[in-house]
Amino acid sequence: MNAREKILGRIRNAQARMPQTGATPRETISSHLAQHPRGPLPPVPEDMLACFKERALKLSSDVLETNDRMEIPGLLARYLSERKLPMRGVCWPSLAGLPWSGAGLEMQSRPTRDMDLIGVTGAFCAIAETGTLMLLSGAETPATTSLLPETHVAVLDPSRIVATMEDAWELLRKEHQQQPRAVNFISGPSRTADIEQTVTLGAHGPYRVLLILAPH
Amino acid sequence: MQNTAINFKRQVTIKLADARLQDALARLQTRFVEGRSAVISEIHDLEETRTAAAAIRDRVLNDLEHWLLQFEQQATARGAIVHWAETGDDVNRIVAGIAALHGVKTAVKSKSMVSEECGLNDALELAGVKVMETDLGEYILQLAHEAPSHIVAPVVHKNKEEISDLFAEKHQLPRKTGIAELCREARVVLRPAFLNADMGISGGNFLVAETGSVLIVTNEGNGRLATTLPRVHVAITGIEKVVPTLEDVTTLVRLLPRSATGQSITNYVSVLTGTKNSADHDGPEHFHIILLDNNRSSLVGSEMQEMLRCIRCGACMNHCPVYQNIGGHAYGWVYPGPMGSILTPLLSGLEKSPDLPNASTLCGACAVVCPVKIPLPDLLRKLREKQMEHGMKSRRETFMLNSWAWLALHPAIYALTTKIGVRLMSLLGGKDKLLHTLPGASGWTDGRDFPAPAGKTFRELYKQGQHL
Repeated sequence: MNAREKILGRIRNAQARMPQTGATPRETISSHLAQHPRGPLPPVPEDMLACFKERALKLSSDVLETNDRMEIPGLLARYLSERKLPMRGVCWPSLAGLPWSGAGLEMQSRPTRDMDLIGVTGAFCAIAETGTLMLLSGAETPATTSLLPETHVAVLDPSRIVATMEDAWELLRKEHQQQPRAVNFISGPSRTADIEQTVTLGAHGPYRVLLILAPH
Repeated sequence: MQNTAINFKRQVTIKLADARLQDALARLQTRFVEGRSAVISEIHDLEETRTAAAAIRDRVLNDLEHWLLQFEQQATARGAIVHWAETGDDVNRIVAGIAALHGVKTAVKSKSMVSEECGLNDALELAGVKVMETDLGEYILQLAHEAPSHIVAPVVHKNKEEISDLFAEKHQLPRKTGIAELCREARVVLRPAFLNADMGISGGNFLVAETGSVLIVTNEGNGRLATTLPRVHVAITGIEKVVPTLEDVTTLVRLLPRSATGQSITNYVSVLTGTKNSADHDGPEHFHIILLDNNRSSLVGSEMQEMLRCIRCGACMNHCPVYQNIGGHAYGWVYPGPMGSILTPLLSGLEKSPDLPNASTLCGACAVVCPVKIPLPDLLRKLREKQMEHGMKSRRETFMLNSWAWLALHPAIYALTTKIGVRLMSLLGGKDKLLHTLPGASGWTDGRDFPAPAGKTFRELYKQGQHL
């Protein structure tokens, strides 16, 4: 008998001895999976955008806003030059069409390499409850762009801000047939508090996260 | 990891006298205890959420076989390979086998307490695989050849001067003194390891049965790097970590970081499902998930089953007056604090850790903060009862407890004995009404005096109407 059968066999035998609870009938299990009921939820914020911004800032993300997507490169150029950061980076293909060079930026649409210092991504949606971005991995949305560079810039359509992670899952089920290989929820720059419980921004991932809110 | 819980009392004496450790433990309390209390109130209805979280864990544990099979089916359908391991040694053999299969020379590792149970790093080194811990705390411990002393903050027992010295020695770079500089140095040293590793090894905070996903919460980004860059990803976790749906896991994620580090959410919550598609530029080509039993199945259906609800947040140890004074190493194995005082005896033998169930004042703080409502003091008490039943207590303790039980069942003799006892003690207490020594209870009087009783028992006073 292999380890799998032994482990499952032990569990089965133990559960047969459980008079107080007993195993749940299969129907209940499949209906739980089909209905995936939600647990207790926080109240929906009155102003989802304001709530998202407040929470994102609290997590040490930077937030910029514009009503005109064409202004995104200019906003980013100013942000980078103010911090004396390089004006060169990589972006997701969906953002390649923005007028980057007009703002003095050299933006390449390709997978990210170690030496890339700025990575510009979109986001599947964002969560107001915690100021969190939700990114899905894929051929056109590589996960490394939000991970390897020291600065991660995410362009987000404010209409894609939902109240909770539960709402984000619902949106994912509606718009995608299959769970993507990686769903990454990102809440600000990477950090560590391992040394003397002192929070330090920029561990192995980005040192800073800039959110640019712009309607699509 | 070798279990030294049998030496608990000796280890405690050393830890209590360690001034640096005492400073470190004070810091932990500020950051984690106050941190938790600041954000836990963000949860709209905490009690309702904790009850829901406990119910989610119970739903799985009450029908664990089905949920494990459901998880396995979904994970396999997406191209992951699910392995089952009875013991830590089995995990080591499986990982070494995977490494051999894919020609793995180097591996980067994200923090995994389950892999600490197995002693995986040593086993892989023996198999010719170079393993590098990448969580900053675990990396420091690997350099120092030490074990973690906390499940969330593994290096809490070290201060920055010790880490500065260690880095200067091991990295052969000028000594850095600032915490931010030390973090950057570790980043620079570890980045090439991520880029060149053939295999990434992670734990798994949860397994989602609905989608066959492994969920990992991290802050540093090392967990994301280790599970994105190398061509092989191995996730190792316990069989009890299954959760039915994405909604269920969300309820638990709402509680986990808040209870653990006082964060509303960790920087990264990654839900990993299957292998990369042919068109993808990143992600592992091979995804192996190892499910470890290591005696967990023996708790299913037992009076200790509630312990399997544990989501490893560490809140119980952060709030435990015993942990706060002795730190994690004294407990002698991977899991310290109240959860460890229960898990260590259950997973690796009560006879090897007889002091752990007794290393608690049963003050109840752990149960109050536990996000999944594990009745930790009750479980500790059950282990103590088991020790009594199986004659695992010392002869002296057994004699004392049996004598007490007999006395308590004979009220007249009880009254007489206590009457004599309190008079004698009052007499010995002298003018300052303090006893400096007590025969057979030097453990108490070594550190402080015992206040002498007033000379009359409560029952005597009550009879005289002096009970106010």
